[in-house]
Amino acid sequence: MVWIRKRREPGDSEITPYDTWLNRRHFIGRSAKAAVASALVPGLLSACDVGGDTEIARVAAAPGAGGKSGGQGSARSRVSGSQEASDGPSQDRDWTTVRSELDEPLNSWEDVTTYNNFFEFGTGKDDPSRHAHSLRPRPWSVSIEGEVGKPGVYDLEDFLKPHLVEDRVYRLRCVEAWSMVIPWRGVPLGDVIRRVEPTSKARFVEMTTLLDEEQMPGQRRRVLDWPYVEALRLDEALHPLTLLATGVYGRDLPNQNGAPLRLVVPWKYGFKSVKSIVRIRFLDSMPRTTWAVSAPREYGFYANVNPDVDHPRWTQSRERRLGEFRRRPTSMFNGYADQVSSLYSGMDLRQNF
Amino acid sequence: MKAVIWVLGLVPATLIVVDYLRGRLGANPIEEVLHRLGWWALVILLISLAITPLRRITGWNRVIRYRRLVGLFAFAYATLHLLGYVVLDQWFAWRYIAEDIAEKPFILAGFSAWLLLLPLAITSTTGWIRRLGRRWVILHRLVYVAAALGTLHFFWRVKADTRAPILFVLVLATLLLLRTPPVGRKLAVWRGSRAEIRNGGHRSARRRDDQVPAPGP
Repeated sequence: MVWIRKRREPGDSEITPYDTWLNRRHFIGRSAKAAVASALVPGLLSACDVGGDTEIARVAAAPGAGGKSGGQGSARSRVSGSQEASDGPSQDRDWTTVRSELDEPLNSWEDVTTYNNFFEFGTGKDDPSRHAHSLRPRPWSVSIEGEVGKPGVYDLEDFLKPHLVEDRVYRLRCVEAWSMVIPWRGVPLGDVIRRVEPTSKARFVEMTTLLDEEQMPGQRRRVLDWPYVEALRLDEALHPLTLLATGVYGRDLPNQNGAPLRLVVPWKYGFKSVKSIVRIRFLDSMPRTTWAVSAPREYGFYANVNPDVDHPRWTQSRERRLGEFRRRPTSMFNGYADQVSSLYSGMDLRQNF
Repeated sequence: MKAVIWVLGLVPATLIVVDYLRGRLGANPIEEVLHRLGWWALVILLISLAITPLRRITGWNRVIRYRRLVGLFAFAYATLHLLGYVVLDQWFAWRYIAEDIAEKPFILAGFSAWLLLLPLAITSTTGWIRRLGRRWVILHRLVYVAAALGTLHFFWRVKADTRAPILFVLVLATLLLLRTPPVGRKLAVWRGSRAEIRNGGHRSARRRDDQVPAPGP
C-alpha cells in the first residue's frame, strides 16, 4: 500500500473545504518525494503488522496532483469528489509513479477493467467488461448474519461511513497463473468486522455474491453453483492486509471488478476475493465455498498462493505478470509471507491447499 | 478450389496478426494467440475428418482430393500452437517445458497429439503414399488418436465452462461413428437408393466413381 485517505469518499454534501484541501496539497507537495521513495523500498508492507492502527500506511500522493488543478471546484472534486467508475483512472494523482513495495509498476486501467474472471457475466475474460452494465451497484445493501452482535441489513453508504478509506497497491495472483499489480481502494475488513462484534463462537467469515439473473445474466447457466460463496477463517479476515474494496485507481469499482463491494486478499488466489458482496455471515464451522465444491481436487478452502503446490493441471511455480513477456517466479503467499505466514504455522499447506 | 482452401486456411492466422497490430488481443495477448492457434488446429483437424463422411454421404468424390491440404493446415496450426507455447509462453525454458510434459496430463495430451500428427504430415506426399501402400492407410489412422488427444487437451484447459470442449467431443464422436461399419453400410444403402431414384433405377456413372480407391481413412 502506498498511502491512506483521511476519510471515506464523501458525498456532495461533505466535500473537503478549500482551506483543508490547500493544506493537504501543501503537505502532498512536501511529502511526495519521500512517499514515492519509501514506496520503492522493499518491505514497506511489513509496516502493516502494526495492526489496525491508522498509522500503518503513509499519507502520500504523486506529484501530478496539484499540477493540473484549474479552478477551485475542479481541484476539489479531484481530491475528494466521488468518482464515476467508467472513464479510466482518477486524475488526482499521477498513477505512473505509483509502484508497489517491490518496485513493480501498476497494471493499466485497461488491463484491470477488461481482463476479468467474473463468471456471473460470462466465462470469457472480456465478457464481464462487455456485459456487466446490467448490474446496478446503487443502492446496495449488505446483510450481516450469523454469530455476530450487531446483525442486520445495512445500507452500503451507512455501512462504510465510519471507516477510513485507503488506497493500497497489491499484487493479484490468479489461480490460472497470471498476475497483476492493482491500486485498490477500500477499508480493512478487520475494522468492519470489529464494528459488528462477532461472538466468541464465530470462527469463519462467509461472503456471498448477489444472486440475480436479471442483473447477472451469466447466472442463467449453471457453470458454478450460484450464488458465488467464499469464506475466510476469522483470523485471516481480521488480518490487516485483508481489504474490503470499494474502488480501484481512485474510482468506484467498475461493475466488472465487483462493484460496489468486493473482497481483496492479496496472499490468496484471486478466486477467494469474492465480488459484489450482499451478505457477510459469521459461522462456527468451515462453510462450503464455490470453487472447492465445483472441483474439490483442484481448489481448496485456503487457496494460498504457493509455488510448491501445483494445480493438478498446471504449474503454480511461475506466473505471467500481464504486460510482461517472460514468466516470473511465483512467491510464497504472493510475496506477503512476512506478514501472513504466521497464520499458518504448523499447518501442512500441501494438505490444506 | 485449392486456392479457396488456401485463402480460408490463412484467414485465422491473418486475423491474429491484424489483431496483434491493432492491439486487439486483450490484456494477455500470449494466452489469446495460443488459444486461437489451438482452437483452429482442432477445428481444421475435425474438418479434415469430416471429408470422408461427407464424400460417403453426398457422393461428392472429388472432395477427397482436398483432404490432404486441409489436414496439413491443421498440422500447421498445431505446430504454430506448439511453437507459441515454447517461444511466447515459455521462452525456451526447456526445464519447465519438460516438467510440464512429464507432470501435467493437460500438456502431455496436447504434445502427444502434435507428435502423432508429425509422421502423418511427413508421409503425406504422393511418394510416401505410394511407398507405404497399405501401411500408409494404417499409419494414418493415428489421426483419430491425435484428434481425441487434442480434444482432451482442450477439455482439460477450461476451468468450469465446458460448452466448447463438449461440442468438440460430440462432433468428433459423430465423425467417428459415421466411419463404423454398421453406419457405413446403412449410408451406402441409403445413398444407393437415392441414386437409384435419381437415375430411374439405373446404375449411374456416379456409382462407378465409388470404385476409385481413395487412400486412407
